[in-house]
Amino acid sequence: MEWDWDFAWSIMPTLLAGFRITLIATVLGAMVAAVLGLVFAILRRSANRAVARTTGFVVEFIRGTPLLVQLYFIFYVLPDLGLRLPALTAGVIGMGLHYATYAAEVYRGGIEAVPRGQWEAAKATNLTARQTWLHVVLPQAVPPMIPAMANYLLAMFKETPLLSAITVLELMNQAKSVANSSYRYVEPMTLVGVMFLIVSLISVVALRWLERRYGRISR
Amino acid sequence: MGDWAGYLTLILMGAWVTVKLTLMGSALALVVAFVAGLGRLSRQGWVRGLATAYIEFFRGTSIFVQLFWIYFVLPMTGVALTPMQAGVMALGLNVGAYGAEVVRGAVLAVPRDQHEACIAVNLTRFQRMRHIILPQALPLMLPTFGNNAIELLKATSVVSLISLSDMTFQAQVVRSQTGNTLMPFVTILLLYFAMSSALSFGMRRLERRVTRGLDGVR
Repeated sequence: MEWDWDFAWSIMPTLLAGFRITLIATVLGAMVAAVLGLVFAILRRSANRAVARTTGFVVEFIRGTPLLVQLYFIFYVLPDLGLRLPALTAGVIGMGLHYATYAAEVYRGGIEAVPRGQWEAAKATNLTARQTWLHVVLPQAVPPMIPAMANYLLAMFKETPLLSAITVLELMNQAKSVANSSYRYVEPMTLVGVMFLIVSLISVVALRWLERRYGRISR
Repeated sequence: MGDWAGYLTLILMGAWVTVKLTLMGSALALVVAFVAGLGRLSRQGWVRGLATAYIEFFRGTSIFVQLFWIYFVLPMTGVALTPMQAGVMALGLNVGAYGAEVVRGAVLAVPRDQHEACIAVNLTRFQRMRHIILPQALPLMLPTFGNNAIELLKATSVVSLISLSDMTFQAQVVRSQTGNTLMPFVTILLLYFAMSSALSFGMRRLERRVTRGLDGVR
């Protein structure tokens, strides 16, 4: 089967429409992951052992099971329990939840890298827990986390095709529907691959820069 | 709902497919990881280029895209694969690319003086790798390989989308036949979790075995 440039060109608008949804899903998913990840990380450090243990187990469970199955769970099971979500919302929550468990590890690493003396100094100057986190710990913990976070952002971007399994019309799903209606698989599938590859390669360069900029802060 | 035992059998059959996929995929990934990882360290420029292109390509796109490409596009060029073959190939090549970086990193992490000592005692490049560098690099690779194996296990669920009857696929079958969603999905979530826990437990055991006796050295 030969590559047909005219056909490839004609399906570009459809694919780009899908690409837009892919980007939206990635950005929203990343926001959910960033917030939930912080919640997980803080709950895991909770002084209440039961809370810390339970959170630890939930995080392990989510990390140990496939994202696809979690998406199915949110998309098919929750409606039976009375919570019906649009496909894109279900996808964003699923991806956000899954990557939140990875983000939680990054937060944990970053928080633990803050020297003990900083905590003690905060206590010594009588800061509240809120003030300690907001003004002492997080400003020091966040910059070294940025490269790792960007890495997971890229990983999440690459996982968005899974959303096509729960009927989100993102890039992969558009390509599949084009392929199914025209019986030509070569162009759509290859173009999807190329698009992901281009974004990833650019991101890798950006990642290197982030690593140089934030990776090692000199103490 | 009375036929739950029958549906459970269906899911367990799927679980066996998932286990097979994980084992075969991991085996392929391991081989590919060493070939590509050592290839990136080759003296030959074209070998390095080839290995780098492979790694960047497979890390730059997702397993999903690769699987569909292998399953739908390759047959058009005359290479027809069964879903199982396509699945193992996609999983092995994808995780192998991540593994290759682990191999490379571990080999480079072996201290420089070990390389120099090998040159000093006139070992060939092969002997150097086989007897000095790899035995020291292997324990460094194991923890990350363990994580990669779990990623591979999780990625096997994607093959259900090319109609390979793994655990996720069977859960969908049960869902469409019974209309019950909670049971099949909770069952497979628990099974996946059990499998990944078993994997990480096994890897920790292996790690302890391999690093035994190395305390004095490092």
